[in-house]
Amino acid sequence: MRRTKMTTRISAILASCAFIFAFVSPPASRADSKLRIMTATTDLAALAQEIGGEKVDVESVARGYQDPHFVEAKPSFLLKLRHADLLIVVGLELEIGWLPPLISQSTNPKIQVGAPGYFDASRFAKILEIPTGQVTRAEGDVHPLGNPHYWLDPENGLRIAKGIRDKLSEMRSSDAAYFAQRYDSFEQRLKQADEKWLAEMKPYAGRKVVTYHRSWPNFAEHFGLNVVGYVEPRPGIPPSPQHTVELIGQMKRDGVKLILVEPYFDLKTPNAIARDTGAQVVVLMPSVGGEKEITDYFKLFDYDIAKLKQAFDTTK
Amino acid sequence: MKRFSALSLVVLFSMSAYAQEKSSAPGNQSPPSAGAAATAPEEVRIRALEEQVRTLAEEVALLRGELKTIRDTKPADPATGTRLLLASTRIEPGVLPSSTSSTGAPVLAPEPQSAQTQTYGGATSNAKLLNPDISLIGDFIGTAGRNTISPSRSLELHESEVGLQAIIDPYARADAFISFGETGVNVEEGYVTFTSLPAGLLLKVGKMRAEFGKVNTIHNHALPFIDRPLVTNNLVGGEDGIDDAGISLSRFLPAPKNWFLQGTAQVYRGDSSDVFTSNRRQDVSVVGHLRLYRDLGESTNIDLGGSYARGHNTAGVGSTTFDPGNFLTNLYSADATLRWKPLRRSIYHSFLLRNEFFWSARDQVSLANANVFQTQHAFGLYSDAEYRVNRRWTLGGRFDRSGRATNASLTDSGFSGILTYWPSEFSQIRGQYRYGHLWDVPNDRYTNANEFLFQFLFVMGAHGAHPF
Repeated sequence: MRRTKMTTRISAILASCAFIFAFVSPPASRADSKLRIMTATTDLAALAQEIGGEKVDVESVARGYQDPHFVEAKPSFLLKLRHADLLIVVGLELEIGWLPPLISQSTNPKIQVGAPGYFDASRFAKILEIPTGQVTRAEGDVHPLGNPHYWLDPENGLRIAKGIRDKLSEMRSSDAAYFAQRYDSFEQRLKQADEKWLAEMKPYAGRKVVTYHRSWPNFAEHFGLNVVGYVEPRPGIPPSPQHTVELIGQMKRDGVKLILVEPYFDLKTPNAIARDTGAQVVVLMPSVGGEKEITDYFKLFDYDIAKLKQAFDTTK
Repeated sequence: MKRFSALSLVVLFSMSAYAQEKSSAPGNQSPPSAGAAATAPEEVRIRALEEQVRTLAEEVALLRGELKTIRDTKPADPATGTRLLLASTRIEPGVLPSSTSSTGAPVLAPEPQSAQTQTYGGATSNAKLLNPDISLIGDFIGTAGRNTISPSRSLELHESEVGLQAIIDPYARADAFISFGETGVNVEEGYVTFTSLPAGLLLKVGKMRAEFGKVNTIHNHALPFIDRPLVTNNLVGGEDGIDDAGISLSRFLPAPKNWFLQGTAQVYRGDSSDVFTSNRRQDVSVVGHLRLYRDLGESTNIDLGGSYARGHNTAGVGSTTFDPGNFLTNLYSADATLRWKPLRRSIYHSFLLRNEFFWSARDQVSLANANVFQTQHAFGLYSDAEYRVNRRWTLGGRFDRSGRATNASLTDSGFSGILTYWPSEFSQIRGQYRYGHLWDVPNDRYTNANEFLFQFLFVMGAHGAHPF
């Protein structure tokens, strides 16, 4: 007899739990009608802000000075993701170590993979270093779909912005003209800025550089740099003594004078290489927000190009 | 894909056309040469054919090259008319080499949606696109030293865990982890998660590790130590823990600003290791969990949890005095985790401090008198600290103390020192020194265990998410 009572009691507890969960909750929708956009990285946030203007609220999960491969899937991000109307991701498996659990636990149907609110920016960009033939991890932590650091080419920035414009217009057709106008303005400003950047970088075209991680192929291609080596022996593998010795030899032979390092890597090995080769270590910012003054997509290139110019001039 | 087949059709067609044209040319020239050397018309024909084959081979190589260029410069923006050209004048993606631009452009131009398809590197991998993400984690453990209470084998491939994960449909995803041990196969977890339910509910159905505390939810390979804490072995079912077939419902709950509060309610069949046993269909077990989390800054956060589990145990089986159905085990746990990870150096340094406390209230027949019904209240805890020294090395330590579920007056204790080395993100080598002060039941006294454990972990296949 006691059994049945118990079972009834348990079922009652569960039912009430479900009831409480389902109905005692704050309403999800807010009064203002701004589109809530979450992005994986700050660069995508900057682009979304350019197009969305005051019609959107944009926030990025990763910070600009953080390694986007290794972000922690903190529950606090879930609170932001669960109300998002749109989630913009870099894709190409850059966020594979942290974003999938955040998406599936967000309890937000709008941003699930494949849903209308899931926006993969890589689909709009020109992707480099897509491996052909066999792909194995003997090559390190390779990205089988191509290099995910594609936003460091202003042309890709523009392509992504265009994709965002179309997506926002689709979500808020009443504001389509507003987004179109903001895109046109962004395109015009970016074209002007790009002309200036290319002119600034022209004297250094073809200069050989070494980078820490393979973060810069799109940047190098657009601005005419020649990346001849990497501090990492393979993507995602920490520097090894043997590879460092080889790299030093190569840099001496090729006369490489610059080592570009992302802000989240240790400077010990790059500095040691620099001492041996007479090269200079430059901490370049791969993302908006990497430094306080880099507040938008334009300032990202302003910052990096100023740093590069200065370094090229001093290492002549 | 449509685009590709269209393109290959065009390519094939032009190829055959070219071949016909070529074959007709030597055909026209052949009569005079045949007339000149009438004795060997076959030789001439063979030569002509060879020539033909050579030109065709060259053609194929050329076309292959062009195809590759098309594939490499994936069309990012199909609207070739309104190019996004910035000041630079390099070749735009989607603009083909001049020789094929006339045939290529119309094929590439339409369908802005399908122009977004990815280049995956070949037809063979395209065929696998709908397969789940597959991974295998090998866990090799070796043990040396002395432990007479719970001895383990000197060398073993402790577990090979196959993970299969996929999105099922627009409303659900599924995860299955099948572990091949030395003695058999076990579905460690296999569940479907419904991600698109109304009212912010997250529903999981299947076999899963219960949301009871922290260590119970973590797979072997993701633990910061080689073994499981003493308290897990004594009170919460050992390595498998509370892992059962059931239904789980969770939801974010209203909380003060910047706090994260999540509630989970789960119902299981009631069979979990030696903790819960379901003798009858209605002997289900329930698990409740509350998680409270807060960021204390961008690098530091605290994670608190309270859990409750209740189910039937085996203590009453065979008793004549009592109804076996009356023997229940109630488990309570509280956990607290402090994490620190500076964002700018997250791959080099981090610190984690975790404490987990357990209370087991187990109904059983008195050890002294078989006619007395009693509840044993056993307590246990572990404290774990990890510090990432640099990109490759992590130092850790753990303190253990726990009573035994069936006899709370017996308390085991111990500590461990752990050193972990990561050659890359996909392999891990770990050493652990473990000391135990354990109760030796047959000899009725405490005994010391000193052991050295080492572990090699390797991951193949899909890149799984890092547990938080």
